[in-house]
Amino acid sequence: MIWRRSRAGIREAVPLAALPFSLLCATVLCTLAAHAPHLPPWFTAVLAAIIAARWWQRRRHHRRASAWLRIALLIAIPGVVLAVYGTPFGRDPGAAIVCGLLVVKLLESEHARDARMAVGFACFILMSALLFDQSLAFTIMVGLLLLPPLATLRALESGLPPGRWLPAFKTGGVLLAASLPAALLGFMLIPRLATPLWGAPDNGVAHTGISDRMAPGDLHTLLTDSAVAMRIGFDGLPPPEDQRYFRGMVLWHFDGSAWTRGPASRRAWPPAPVEARGPVTRYSVTLEPSHRHWLFALDVPVAAPEGTTLLPDRTLQASRPIDHTLHYRVESAARYHLGASTLDPRLRAAALQLPAGYDPRTRELAAGWRERAAGNDLAIIRDALEMYHNGGFVYDLDAPPLGRNSIDDFLFDTKIGFCEHYASSFTFLMRAAGIPARVVVGYQGGYWNPVAHYLLVRQSNAHSWTEVWLAGRGWVRIDPTAAVSKVIMAQAGSDTGLPLGGGDISWWLPWQNRFDIVNRWWGQTVVGFDALRQSRLFRPFGIEHATAQMLGITLAVIVFLALSAGALLASLRPRTRPRDALAAAQSRLQGKLLRCGIVRGAAEGPSDFYTRAARALPPEAETLRALAGEYACLRYAFPEPPPERTRAFARRVRSFHPGRVVK
Amino acid sequence: MNAATEAVRPTVAARIRHWLPGLARGRQPESLPITLDRRRIYIVPTRAGLGFGVLIFTMAAGALNYQNNSALLLTCMLGATLASSMLLTWRGLHNLTLRAVHSDRGFCGARLPVHLAFADDGRTRPGLRIALDAVPQPCSLARGVSRATITVATDTRGWMPLPRMQLSTTLPFGLFRAWSWITADQQILVYPRPLRDARPPAYADDHQHRITGGDEFAGLRDYHPGDPIRHVAWKSSARHGHLMVREFERATPGQPLQFDWNTLTGIDRETRISRLTAWVSDAYAVAQPWILILEDRRTLGPANDAAHYHRCLTALAELP
Repeated sequence: MIWRRSRAGIREAVPLAALPFSLLCATVLCTLAAHAPHLPPWFTAVLAAIIAARWWQRRRHHRRASAWLRIALLIAIPGVVLAVYGTPFGRDPGAAIVCGLLVVKLLESEHARDARMAVGFACFILMSALLFDQSLAFTIMVGLLLLPPLATLRALESGLPPGRWLPAFKTGGVLLAASLPAALLGFMLIPRLATPLWGAPDNGVAHTGISDRMAPGDLHTLLTDSAVAMRIGFDGLPPPEDQRYFRGMVLWHFDGSAWTRGPASRRAWPPAPVEARGPVTRYSVTLEPSHRHWLFALDVPVAAPEGTTLLPDRTLQASRPIDHTLHYRVESAARYHLGASTLDPRLRAAALQLPAGYDPRTRELAAGWRERAAGNDLAIIRDALEMYHNGGFVYDLDAPPLGRNSIDDFLFDTKIGFCEHYASSFTFLMRAAGIPARVVVGYQGGYWNPVAHYLLVRQSNAHSWTEVWLAGRGWVRIDPTAAVSKVIMAQAGSDTGLPLGGGDISWWLPWQNRFDIVNRWWGQTVVGFDALRQSRLFRPFGIEHATAQMLGITLAVIVFLALSAGALLASLRPRTRPRDALAAAQSRLQGKLLRCGIVRGAAEGPSDFYTRAARALPPEAETLRALAGEYACLRYAFPEPPPERTRAFARRVRSFHPGRVVK
Repeated sequence: MNAATEAVRPTVAARIRHWLPGLARGRQPESLPITLDRRRIYIVPTRAGLGFGVLIFTMAAGALNYQNNSALLLTCMLGATLASSMLLTWRGLHNLTLRAVHSDRGFCGARLPVHLAFADDGRTRPGLRIALDAVPQPCSLARGVSRATITVATDTRGWMPLPRMQLSTTLPFGLFRAWSWITADQQILVYPRPLRDARPPAYADDHQHRITGGDEFAGLRDYHPGDPIRHVAWKSSARHGHLMVREFERATPGQPLQFDWNTLTGIDRETRISRLTAWVSDAYAVAQPWILILEDRRTLGPANDAAHYHRCLTALAELP
């Protein structure tokens, strides 16, 4: 019987009323808005216009959308996407196609069932908008955009006041707010996948950040990019500004135009030994997705964080590209001796490698220094830095292009450049002078957030410097850029650290700081909550490593408990709530009689009950009769019981103290 | 295929009821008032609810696969919201108390209005649906409005037990359907189906001179079984090839009509009852006094008021 009824219910098509249809239009429009940032503006505009036109047409003329229009759209949308993106696959074209299909679904929605399907479809597309942007603000916005779909579902049911749209939002809003704790619980306990089930999408995102190939001028776009690279919170005090060098990767090989990692870094040597010469700095890093393998650590990391490898040159490498915000803890020694004891001959060869037939003038210069210094490496370094300091060199992001002999051109002609030029030429000079040297790429500096005590490092903090190997000291960091005296501060934002790269609006700064604190918290606790961090969820309860099974069982138990508690709470609600003072006073009187053992029957009227009570309590009979008469009068003689008489009645009830029943 | 499933499903349902007698709750009549407590309320996802369940799973799988925690959080929010709507659906029925049932009387074959009085607990219950048969009827209970009226189909005269009543709701999102059964031990009186195939026997002032006394001839009509033989117009019948009877003008208002069970001969019992019902109701409609003489010579009337009308129809309905 149930079966047949539900089948009948399915077969009857409930036509879509005006309010749910309008709300459905709003839902589709909101979904489109969530995707607008990455869709071509004209595409969004055309779809929005179609939605508006359909809304107007149905409202005004009560007509269906033409089937031809739907078919035309169904053909046109993939065609347009193909023409714009060149492929139907991938994130952006996919988003454009599903948004278009949602609009087609809206055009054919004439029944409650279609509307429900469209709402489900819209929810899915709303979620997919988060594949493009996971920031806190955007997530909150998309969360709020769940309200129109919920309102549509509500409006598809009966029992709403006609013609008003606001009450439809109420249930959804209240439920959404009320289920936030449950959602957070589910979020924490749903087991994360350590490896994706199917291929993660090729995001088609331009790989931002530092690359493992450095040619003079390459970093230029990076140095003007104010995007956040990472945020670092220190356990103690932050290192002084001149020691904020974050090691990314080491480049060994120079081919005359660009520095690359070369074969030396790929050999499976053990990491060069580090001897810490001072306190170790402990800190945690929240690295924004770079789509590369590199992790950054303060010079020089002592140990590798979980899930990463420490390479021979003391750089950190993740096993997979960092496509999601990554949170890790590292320890670094600020004063250290790195690989001090010996330098393997093969490494020494790699650290002295120079391409043949390039930059003769630089080689000549270095050979002259070598001769003069007579084996004193430090003297050579001093000579070189002296040259950068007093040789008319200028730090400027707007560096002129260099020719085939790029080092010669820079050192002897242009003399204008930034970190890459200086690190590259200095390393070349050192190698030409017989000192093993290599280029290190990473970040330097950063903006110290004084409110929340963390260091904000932007892409514009990208930097490169040199490490030279000195007998007895090991690899020593030398930053030739720091020797340059004349600096044209084209990149004012990079080191002085305006948080978001805007102008110098100082009153805005504290707010931006605070906003960035929230963003950091979001990135660390929510976006960066991965399988590894989830497995540590039960540490406070003494479980070192929570398995997926454990998490699942916990989730199931909690869901069961929550449902039972909810049902219990709902059933514990008082059945009748006295809604006016008179009813309250009357139930008080009944309570007093109940304590005397006189129970009012379910079918007993008040007058009968009080008559019976008066019989059972002879000493109180008179009072009871008077009270019953007054109650009947108040209740039935007026449309609304007069308040002052009701209060008097309540007072008399309060002062009524019946004795025990004498049986 | 449709026919096959139709044939199979009731047996499946019957088998389930056999295995789980708890499902048969509400088949035994209970006395009012009946409160829907948590043990009487059933709740299952609707088809849309199952669809959204699949959707949530798909969304969660996608978010997990792409390790997108924002998307997973959004999915959790949506899932928790939709799942907690189950509690609201359930609460739509919970603690609903049916205090009284009262039905209008009516003729068999029509849908009779049944008035339900619920206890007013100060809560609104929009979107309540009540079904006494296959058609659920929307009944919203607002604050202070505790009455609802639905209709029930009738197919036999007499006292009919109120069918098992299903109260259901799908609010707020139509993803879950909660329902409960109430079988109230109430009876509905169904008047016989009126059968207007014969004009009433004119009128009669007394038992001796019925039918003809001083009446004007009104016309001829076809013979129906049960017409008095004396009224047959033999000559006209011979001319037309089938039996015709004479009809007479109605009596003047002062004279009561007389509907006698025993004059209706040659037709079956139910047809007699139906024809008498039609006559009684027609007479009542024009405020003509009438006398009803039943099988056991019990005589009701003469009168033309509502009480008499209902007494007559009740007597006819209750005939064995």
